Amino acid sequence: MFMMAPFLIDGAPYESTMGLVQKIFYFHVPSAMTMFVSAFVCGISSAVFLFKGRAAADRLAVAAAELTSVFGIIVLVTGPLWARKAWGVWWVWDERITSTFVLWLIFNAYLLLRKYGGAGSERLAAGLAIFGMANVPFVYWSVNVWRTLHPKTTVVPTLQPGMRGPFWFCVTAFLLLYVLAITARAHLEAERARLEEIYLSIEE
Amino acid sequence: MTNWWPGRAARALVIAAALAFSTPVFALQPPTAAAQDGFVPVSRAAQQETIPAARLVVIAYGFAWVMLLGYLWSIWSRLGKVERELLAVSRRIDAGERRG
Repeated sequence: MFMMAPFLIDGAPYESTMGLVQKIFYFHVPSAMTMFVSAFVCGISSAVFLFKGRAAADRLAVAAAELTSVFGIIVLVTGPLWARKAWGVWWVWDERITSTFVLWLIFNAYLLLRKYGGAGSERLAAGLAIFGMANVPFVYWSVNVWRTLHPKTTVVPTLQPGMRGPFWFCVTAFLLLYVLAITARAHLEAERARLEEIYLSIEE
Repeated sequence: MTNWWPGRAARALVIAAALAFSTPVFALQPPTAAAQDGFVPVSRAAQQETIPAARLVVIAYGFAWVMLLGYLWSIWSRLGKVERELLAVSRRIDAGERRG
């Protein structure tokens, strides 16, 4: 699907005010959608781990946090590249862009906490992930509530047929890649846990 | 004539300060009216461009591809390392059991 995407994007019509640079939209928005999905997966799994104590949910949360960070950096890099041409500036501290940056920082804080927080940090990180997830609706609605330069949420539902097909194709490709990546990353975390158990049993 | 200097200097200072503080505001204004509510398709992009869009598009797609492929490679690499370690530990355990 990722091989086919450039051909579909190339065939999509140009946007009247932005021209060629608007084509960044076909990777920028699916990345943002995947980042939101990943933040929700991380928040929900963290809540399950915090309240039910399931280790598998914690492993899924770690995997989802890492993917939120990866898709977040794609959003935060492709966005300014688009903005440079469309707005004439690389970055504007408006509500959508700033809140997206804060969301990305929260999930990076989660990962740093998991790596360097020591024993018991997984419960603290789980609380952080729930707050990170709660930030997602604010990021999404920010363009409708405040006056910003960023395109509004009405863009996707009102896409013209020529743009709609390639866009949803890219969204599907990103979500399928996400499912593949999170499965592999959660498996890695499970294998690490198994290795740790073996080392602990040897020590005993 | 001796009294003109402070007045002119003060005016010049006020104008300079106003210009200095207004420059970042002008810089933040979008040069083009980019679509915010919905996208209108056209068959061809504008021919004359001050900022080359093609380079920005190529960098954006290139970055996304490199990030995604790099991340998948990092999972594959980390998984391989853990699996090798698991295999080595289980071999050591088996060898220890046989000796014991």
